[in-house]
Amino acid sequence: MKHHINFKVNGDDYSLAVDPWRTLNEVIREDLNLTGTKLGCGTGDCGACTVLLDGRSVSSCLTLAVSVNGKSVMTVEGLAPSGEELHPIQEALIQTGGIQCGFCTAGMEMSALNLLNQTLSPSETEIKSALSGNLCRCTGYNQIVEAISMAADKMRDNAAEKEEQ
Amino acid sequence: MRLPKFEYFEPETLEEALRLLAEWRERVCVLAGGTDVLVKMRNGRLKPGAVIALERISSLNGIGFDLRKGLTIGAGAKLSDVTSHPDILRYYPAIARAARVMANVQVRNMGTIGGNLCNAAPSAENAPPLMALGAVVTAASLEEERRITLDDFFRGPGLTAMKPEEIMTSIFVPTPPANSGASYQRISARCGVDIAAVSVGAMIMIEDTVCREVRIALGAVAPVPMRALSAEAFLKEKVWSEEFLREAARISADESRPISDVRASLEFRKQMVAVMTQRALEEAYGRAIKR
Repeated sequence: MKHHINFKVNGDDYSLAVDPWRTLNEVIREDLNLTGTKLGCGTGDCGACTVLLDGRSVSSCLTLAVSVNGKSVMTVEGLAPSGEELHPIQEALIQTGGIQCGFCTAGMEMSALNLLNQTLSPSETEIKSALSGNLCRCTGYNQIVEAISMAADKMRDNAAEKEEQ
Repeated sequence: MRLPKFEYFEPETLEEALRLLAEWRERVCVLAGGTDVLVKMRNGRLKPGAVIALERISSLNGIGFDLRKGLTIGAGAKLSDVTSHPDILRYYPAIARAARVMANVQVRNMGTIGGNLCNAAPSAENAPPLMALGAVVTAASLEEERRITLDDFFRGPGLTAMKPEEIMTSIFVPTPPANSGASYQRISARCGVDIAAVSVGAMIMIEDTVCREVRIALGAVAPVPMRALSAEAFLKEKVWSEEFLREAARISADESRPISDVRASLEFRKQMVAVMTQRALEEAYGRAIKR
């Protein structure tokens, strides 16, 4: 039996009928066509499917779509809603060479956002621990850690500027 | 890779959940954070006819602390809530640490402390510190509510003392006695993301340099998390010393019953039980004399 759910994705309201055995990952990729979120291991180890659910990072492959009724989801598409102007985390990843094949990138960005929502002055250890659930097989991680530190500085400056205005 | 089909229930009260459980019996699976259950369903080890999701039952999710009694953690509390709760950080740092060093951010944002215990892995990270601190869980069925000490809770890998018609509602941990301290230590091939190869929770109470109370619990070195009772008996009523500490660690390694597997060999695990026991007791001692 399909279940009716209402939920937000990147600020937009959706109303869908879903089979209970479908994951949030399947529904956002297949029904909403938001394919920025990837599916890697399917067991919560690799982090490629990471999205924010009510502001907290979760593995969308281990979240039943039916369970997000009334909740708010943010996917990588929500990081750069205009489709043109990139988020500071994304700009920094390009600058440092933190992107190679790109498969882990969306998940990395969502985990980075989850961290930077809590602190804009993370230590290197905090960054590494925040990324402990995201695997990258290309970059060796150094550039990604560097990018997040760079993005934090940028976002801190932006926030300070806003305060001055 | 897709999940098998099932019916889905999302009760908002414990009673409703228990009624569904009584009705569906062994054909149903209770779902908390999903980080263990959905993985088992995906690889075919679990194929329930129905799933009862507990997340919307708000009475299961709270964390409350009363200095005169102790700490009550709702079985549905997320691991990330356990690690960041101010009273847990202040009075139960060993519990906060176990929940913090396990798995990864996403899993801690989804997984629950009750789920970690009910899954009953020999390596369940939250078990050793909770056992060391004398935790008692509450299980509810339609007929009754009963309390089970964590010492009696684990019955084998994946097996617990809970009946099929019961749901774990909360975990109670008494207020640590004055002059006591606790610690959680673990080792794994890679850091947190990896399942612990050996873990140790310890609690000691020191009075005039004499060890009046001591509890040591070992994880991942037996079919179930276990108390190191001989090591405890050895240390009890002894004047604290380096020599006794090392001897207690050796006894603890002796009574552990590990196996060799992909994560570590039997021999390595035994040695690490001694090292982790010593470190846990040292940290617990440091905390005990500070309080």
